[in-house]
Amino acid sequence: MPDKQLRGRIAVAGVGNTAFGKLYGNDPYDLGARALKEALADAGLSRDDIDGLLVSRIPDYQRFGEMMGLNPRFAGITPGQGRMSGASIELAAMAIHCGMAKTVALVYGNNGRTAGDRYGGEGDRYGSGGAGPWFPYGMTSPGAVHAIMFQRHAHLYGTRSEQLAHIAVAFRRHAGLNPSAVMRDPITVADHQASRYICEPLHLLDYCLINDGGVAIVLTSAERARDLRKPPVYIRGFAQATRLSESYVPPDDFWRAPLEAVAGDVYAMAGAGRDDMDALMIYDNFSPTVLFSLEGFGFCPVGEGGRFVEGGRLELGGRLPTNTSGGHLSESYMQGWALNVEAVRQIRGECGARQVTDAGLVQYICAAPLVTSIIYGKEPS
Amino acid sequence: MSAYRKPLPAVDDLNRPFWEGVRRRELRLLRCEGCGGYRFRSFRLCPKCGGDKATWVETSGKGTIWSYGIFHKAYFEGFKDEVPYNVVLVELAEGPRLYTNLVGARNDQIRIGMPVEAVFEDVTPEVTLVKFKPAG
Repeated sequence: MPDKQLRGRIAVAGVGNTAFGKLYGNDPYDLGARALKEALADAGLSRDDIDGLLVSRIPDYQRFGEMMGLNPRFAGITPGQGRMSGASIELAAMAIHCGMAKTVALVYGNNGRTAGDRYGGEGDRYGSGGAGPWFPYGMTSPGAVHAIMFQRHAHLYGTRSEQLAHIAVAFRRHAGLNPSAVMRDPITVADHQASRYICEPLHLLDYCLINDGGVAIVLTSAERARDLRKPPVYIRGFAQATRLSESYVPPDDFWRAPLEAVAGDVYAMAGAGRDDMDALMIYDNFSPTVLFSLEGFGFCPVGEGGRFVEGGRLELGGRLPTNTSGGHLSESYMQGWALNVEAVRQIRGECGARQVTDAGLVQYICAAPLVTSIIYGKEPS
Repeated sequence: MSAYRKPLPAVDDLNRPFWEGVRRRELRLLRCEGCGGYRFRSFRLCPKCGGDKATWVETSGKGTIWSYGIFHKAYFEGFKDEVPYNVVLVELAEGPRLYTNLVGARNDQIRIGMPVEAVFEDVTPEVTLVKFKPAG
């Protein structure tokens, strides 16, 4: 576990994002640069204040630094995988804690929509070493991997597609309250069930939205953040665990082992428990991931995720408002970055019609071969 | 005969013995000489014990269906006329799993836990694929 002494010592000073959707004429560098300008303005900082830079999905940190005129003391890059958003934020927190940098800009740019990314077929790089070995059998796409995992979950626990629909319906309702969301028209369980299969048992409305967009987050020490434009949003806890061995195929346990390990660590570091969370931001590349996350973090017993998400529990006004922005299913697939920004904005009370009342603690969770979780707080401890 | 348009295996130095085995109607796995563990992936070192000596051995070709999905979208041009087609994840009796296709059964007959056995399909004059059918 990260040192408990780190609780509340690092804070988010600024967040920014571009519009989401089809943004012709912007490559990932442009999208990242536009988001970073927003995040710096949000924090009341200038480029000269940035002494750490981590880019993700932007292909080359050097070119990005050149473009922005930056000479940070600390620089790095993570691949454009969703699990890397949480991992990058954690890395930035560590860099600040150990003195490698005072203020780190995390910058993400994704032009997948206008570039025609398909996440399946010849360009598919998902999984350990890529999906190429399975192409002769027609096996491709992260969606199919999650469809096959969900089929297994359904077999073991009786989980039903209609239960996944409640996740999609809840997030779409939230997106309707978010002016930045791409898909805002309400949907029903019947709409979900009537949407076409992509890889059965998953329907179109179980899949995230490929879009263009940029997101940036500026992290600094809690002391420094207190002197800046916006109230600090403290990082109360963070943790990471993996399941990389034999990860060329899905795990038997729906990543429960690393999820449980992260849960134990992140709540201990934050000094808060799952029942203290006012909202959740769950990495929803596909709707079943939400079930795996809720079960792995102990919000419900193993196998009961399907029943748990029924009855509006994840909706605003329910016990556990989740993905209040609409998430990847309905806001935009910004690979976890925009979910972390939403967590920050909820804590600040900036979410307008989708605001969770008195959001004091908001937790980000990503279930994948590399599991991360970050707990954001209004107070440092 | 029309040309075969689906993706073909990417054969390299590491996995060539696997595909040569399939050509001879053998489903082979690497077996570590150190710990005896089987692996589907053709890594040079054993992921379990780190041993660097392993032998390709013929397996029983038997297994069970761990899970499956039915593709309604054709991500590959060559699969366009086949949707909806199945992809099954088979757990071999020796332990390792592999993605493949189930033949000899309709998609709505596929069940998790179903016993299956390897069959070999010559798809081009040079290339054979290993698929599975319900164990008889």
